Amino acid sequence: MTPEELDRTREREQAADANFEHHVHVCVGTACEALGSEAIAKNIESELKAAGRDGKIKVRCVGCPGLCALGPLVEVEAKDKPADEPATLYQYVKPEDAKEIAASIGGAPATRLQADTRQPFFTRQTKIVLENCGRIDPERIEDYIAADGFQALEKALFEMEPQEVIDEISKSGLRGRGGAGFPTGLKWATVAKSNSPAVSRVPDDILARKFVICNGDEGDPGAFMDRSTMEGDPFRIIEGMLLAGYAVGAGKGYVYVRAEYPLAVKRLRSAIRQAQRGGMLGANIMGSGFNFDIDVRLGAGAFVCGEETSLIASIEGGRGTPRPRPPFPAESGLWGCPTLINNVETMANIAPIIRRGAAWFAGIGTEKSKGTKVFALTGQVNNTGLIEVPMGISLREIVFDIGGGLPEGRSFKAVQTGGPSGGCIPAQYLDMKVDYESLAQVGSIMGSGGMIVMDDQTDMVEIARFFMEFCMEESCGKCVPCRVGTAQMHGLLTRISEGKATQAHLDTLTELCDMVRRTSLCGLGQSAPNPVLSTLRYFKSEYESKLVKDGQHER
Amino acid sequence: MSAKTLTINGKPVSAREDETILDAARDAGVVMPTLCHLDGLTDIGACRMCLVEVTGINKLLPACTTRVAEGMEVRTDTEQLRKYRRMTVELLFAERNHVCAGCVANNHCELQDVGIAVGMDHVRYDYLFPKHDVDLTHTQFGMDQNRCILCQRCVRVCDEIEGAHTWDVLGRGVKARVITDLNQPWGESLSCTSCGKCVMACPTGAIFKLGSTVEESVKDRSKLAFLKNARDKKQWVM
Amino acid sequence: MSKLRFATVWMGGCSGCHMSFLDLDEWLIPLADLIEVVYSPIVDIKQFPANVDVTLVEGAIANRDNLELIHIIRRNTKVLASFGDCAVTSNVTGMRNPLGGPEVVLDRAYRDAQLLRPQIPDDEGIVPPLIARVAPVHAIVPVDLYIPGCPPSAKRIRAVLEQIVAGKPVEMIGREMLKFG
Repeated sequence: MTPEELDRTREREQAADANFEHHVHVCVGTACEALGSEAIAKNIESELKAAGRDGKIKVRCVGCPGLCALGPLVEVEAKDKPADEPATLYQYVKPEDAKEIAASIGGAPATRLQADTRQPFFTRQTKIVLENCGRIDPERIEDYIAADGFQALEKALFEMEPQEVIDEISKSGLRGRGGAGFPTGLKWATVAKSNSPAVSRVPDDILARKFVICNGDEGDPGAFMDRSTMEGDPFRIIEGMLLAGYAVGAGKGYVYVRAEYPLAVKRLRSAIRQAQRGGMLGANIMGSGFNFDIDVRLGAGAFVCGEETSLIASIEGGRGTPRPRPPFPAESGLWGCPTLINNVETMANIAPIIRRGAAWFAGIGTEKSKGTKVFALTGQVNNTGLIEVPMGISLREIVFDIGGGLPEGRSFKAVQTGGPSGGCIPAQYLDMKVDYESLAQVGSIMGSGGMIVMDDQTDMVEIARFFMEFCMEESCGKCVPCRVGTAQMHGLLTRISEGKATQAHLDTLTELCDMVRRTSLCGLGQSAPNPVLSTLRYFKSEYESKLVKDGQHER
Repeated sequence: MSAKTLTINGKPVSAREDETILDAARDAGVVMPTLCHLDGLTDIGACRMCLVEVTGINKLLPACTTRVAEGMEVRTDTEQLRKYRRMTVELLFAERNHVCAGCVANNHCELQDVGIAVGMDHVRYDYLFPKHDVDLTHTQFGMDQNRCILCQRCVRVCDEIEGAHTWDVLGRGVKARVITDLNQPWGESLSCTSCGKCVMACPTGAIFKLGSTVEESVKDRSKLAFLKNARDKKQWVM
Repeated sequence: MSKLRFATVWMGGCSGCHMSFLDLDEWLIPLADLIEVVYSPIVDIKQFPANVDVTLVEGAIANRDNLELIHIIRRNTKVLASFGDCAVTSNVTGMRNPLGGPEVVLDRAYRDAQLLRPQIPDDEGIVPPLIARVAPVHAIVPVDLYIPGCPPSAKRIRAVLEQIVAGKPVEMIGREMLKFG
């Protein structure tokens, strides 16, 4: 597709859309699909056809619009709706409700099914990563093009030098969304400057000597940000990777997705195929002379493969275990070549930054944390689902405004961020700004975006034990502190939980936390003690109340 | 190849630029306990025994995989490192069923040696007492999982020196264990050449010669050194 | 100077550590001038006494009697030493732990291997029942000193006792003092 063809496709698609008086969006993300949303879409379509209205009303299967707690969700939007008016949203829709919804379009809404779209959940979000999620059909490249897709790529390939792309990303202040928050532009610059090895281990059929990897091995319990992005807007990830490849001089990209995400894999594969057919992937992209292709690689269900060196080992066909860094992948990664690894959400931010400019992006968020962050809000909160908020928003706004607070009769105790690598943040920090530094300061991490709300009935020792069990099961077993240390810490937490531990056991646990954190080989082990350390910091009395006096413990 | 100057425990040391901190420390006569390192094999930084402190770097670095750099200030024996090392050894002893008194490698065991080096008089952690098998299907050698510390020296010596890659690792966490071929009994392995390098590489009594009894598993690593020397320097001398 | 009130105890072990103690040979005679043996399998005292200065515990905690006695010892002893690998690590005695509960070993010893009248001895008050898991001493009560070895050599025992009777803090450093097995 040349730039002219791209423009024509966009105009054609937008014009075709303008012909419809109403748009119906049916969520077909994993959660809604499991509740039969594809049948809902089909039924609404056949109802409209039967009524002869299908020429004026467009039904679209879309990615996750966010409020999973109310799914399956169906949105009806009138063409002439004022921009500041929310569209009509229907909740808990069943396939048999299709008739009622279809009949209501153009007339009075079906109040029985209507959701309240004026609540803060909808009004307080800022969508960049998820701007197309819930708006476009993730299985049609034309939909993405109509939503200004590939404009950033066109701009980069024809108007910008690779270094200018990197500078733009640096200026935007974007930081890695996988958890650690490393400046993305700096990482790109390092890969761009690294030389490919003279003698390479790259398999013969792969011509590239630098690689781009998109990390979609989302493994934190309760996290589904990346899944929803891959399911709802896969082309955005492809465009992000293309821009990254152009900027750092890579010729090949891999999306590493866990096999537990079959729908994401299916949509990514379909998207890659369409992009290849459309000439957006492969040789001489858009006639620019730039070559880049993408393959999907599936993870076999190991949490540690989200760690970059393990992920690389896994793509190479080896056992997914980490290796010591340095050398960092930016210098020596996949098959010993310079490799750029970014998380799904990071990649999803690239195209909008190039399209709308670094200054626009840098205008959102706080001084050191720019842009937005997607969170998977779960636990004891009314509105569970996917949210995207500007950096710097307070935890209170997330939990009580957007999340709608805790269910009736429960009171807030803590919010857990960062999954098994993160920590629990107590009520006293509810007004803290959500950004990388603040979260680290209170003993947690931004992490990839899991956010679990806990109520007053939550047993914090049990929470720490749950996460430790997770880390113990997921430790790859390579280094001693993580392999055996997590098992010992889990044993000690179990002992405390069962009321069989003394102060000496608690001291041993604390000492092990420090040792495992400091001496483990990779991030999994280094962060495994975090849930224990943060609960010990804020809820020590819960631990102490379970201890027995020395000599009174039984084996 | 240029040389680098650094200090180890305050003592000035010079090293070739492709050498690791461990190489430099050994050259300078600084004793550092190690378990997964074996001369001639690729280092993997798994046992964490050789972690060192480097001025200006917040993280502890494994000496076996970290290259020397000009002006580097390395400390190998701080109170913190000694504490972590002893904890690491204790964790290993607690992990599987190490009964020195009944082991073929008693008195010739690197795990036992590091236990002494770190001053371990007892293990503070709960022994996990896992149930493990002993594979006695091979005609010459045996494998006792109870004594394995997962250093992967057998895996590497078999892959890198012998070129057979009979050994590998199965499973993860404390459930990980080394296996032969695709988890077949060793005696049925089609790839094993019965060269015995894994027996010599094993730091403990996990892999042993059949028929050897307590204290009889003496390790002879001269053949590995010979092969390494032959490969690296093309000198075929013992 | 009054003599040290000294005890040795034989728990779940093979008595090899006590044999090694007797290997002190002629040094036992000067030692006898410095200590008073108030409880030991080699003297005829049935009750563990009060106010013991030093107790060497051989063997792991393997049965109910061991478990009851070790708490009494701890209450009545100033310096409690784990004496030998079984006490320090549970060693050979603990090798039944990976097999599951005590039934597995009892069956093997008293049922599977017997042709005539296979039965597990379980007379109340005579044979103490085995506890579910063999444990090193320090897993049950706090321990002040560890003397590894299977058995600890007479040389090692003497080095420890010399430091104890001299009232010095006992230093366990180096291969001579620390090697297990």
